[in-house]
Amino acid sequence: MPASARDYSLIGRDAQLAEANGFAAAEWYSCSIPRKELKELMRRSDGPALRDTALWLSCLTLSAGGGVYFWGTWWAVPFFVVYGVLYGSSSDSRWHETGHGTAFKTRWMNDILYYVASFMILREPTVWRWSHTRHHTDTIIVGRDPEIAVPRPPDVIGLLLNLFALKSAFHTLRGLFLHAAGRLTKEEETFIPETERWKVYLVARIYLVIFVIVSAICFYIGSILPAMLIGLPTLYGGFMAIFFGLTQHTGLAEDVLDHRLNTRTVYMNPVFRFLYWNMNYHIEHHMFPMVPYHALPRLHQLIKDDCPPAYTSTIAAYREIIPTVLRQIKDPAFFVVRELPDRTKPAPYNHGSVLKMADQKTAGRAV
Amino acid sequence: MTGSWINACGTEDIEAEDVIRFDHEGRTYALYRTEDDRYFATAGLCTHESVHLSSGLVMGTIIECPKHNGRFDFTSGKAKGAPVCVDIVTYPVKVESDRVYVLVDA
Repeated sequence: MPASARDYSLIGRDAQLAEANGFAAAEWYSCSIPRKELKELMRRSDGPALRDTALWLSCLTLSAGGGVYFWGTWWAVPFFVVYGVLYGSSSDSRWHETGHGTAFKTRWMNDILYYVASFMILREPTVWRWSHTRHHTDTIIVGRDPEIAVPRPPDVIGLLLNLFALKSAFHTLRGLFLHAAGRLTKEEETFIPETERWKVYLVARIYLVIFVIVSAICFYIGSILPAMLIGLPTLYGGFMAIFFGLTQHTGLAEDVLDHRLNTRTVYMNPVFRFLYWNMNYHIEHHMFPMVPYHALPRLHQLIKDDCPPAYTSTIAAYREIIPTVLRQIKDPAFFVVRELPDRTKPAPYNHGSVLKMADQKTAGRAV
Repeated sequence: MTGSWINACGTEDIEAEDVIRFDHEGRTYALYRTEDDRYFATAGLCTHESVHLSSGLVMGTIIECPKHNGRFDFTSGKAKGAPVCVDIVTYPVKVESDRVYVLVDA
């Protein structure tokens, strides 16, 4: 297998190269939308998120109630599957949307759901707020983006472990202990401002206290039922988060300043779109991140002619993703090239000094 | 503040509760009009990641950066929370004969 030519660390060689070659905090391609329409799309309201959150909390409560009622029988299994997906997977999109501050018009509503959903998906809210900010500034720019889910060559075992959030949970727990001790990693220091760091330390301590209390209750009553409701659903219900999340960027180009080339928009059914809060419109989200989730389908209609065709289904996306990931194990230079509409201007690729300096070859080939 | 008053735009060039970009001598500014027809000016780029605020959303007297949800009170320049941690520079504005003038640094 060829050695990986890329350094995905935020403090390594490719971080310096990204800055030197103008990929850091660069100007990105943006589809043209009349200002009036964009303002209308960006306009906030509480209604859709209040409705969706009420439905979400109701489903969580009912499925938890069923799981507890039938605990000790096989009938509890379907209830915990539903509860787990709502808790450990759909919390991902709630975390995401409220992190952008777009789900609700009312700021405190965003903040409350952001902190609750962060705990459910087992992410530290301050760390991830800042890492996601960087992800939007430097989407899939090697050495700059801390949220590249599938570096090349792909860590397939890690991906499989993350179907049950095992690798990510281990990483988070390690971070919790570090942060609870009042420290950050060197990489975190590159994107978390000093004025925000006290929040990281405080929330890490709160998380650990909650886990200690839940564990103590489990030991006291001699049952894992409390942990099945708080904590473990992140693991046993996390598979849909990665199922949705991998459609976003996996296998597409690195180091391009055009979201149409490194991001997928995938048509999904209404249930998936409820669980995922319309993040299947991911090109639209990255290009105009201040457009609320409920307005993304309208935004899609406005820009779709200036984008590569959307994937017709999640299955269609995985028909591309799985072979690409498997091929990248042996050929890390391989990636999927998205075809842009003819009339669009070309976006800058990394086929230049970055690659020469890194002494590697990269050639995009369409699958 | 010393400087000169620059004829930046007409009062109707900015919609109510909106923002436009104004470039002058290699610097970029954001000009705002509130719902009740008051006018304000700030530096044009967000203090967080240098994104043009003129593509953002005005809500009352708040401008929200189009990239990362950073918010400023454009009447005072005050940063309103993460991810913006640094206030933005404001500039005096006056309206005369349906024109908006900005007092920019000399």
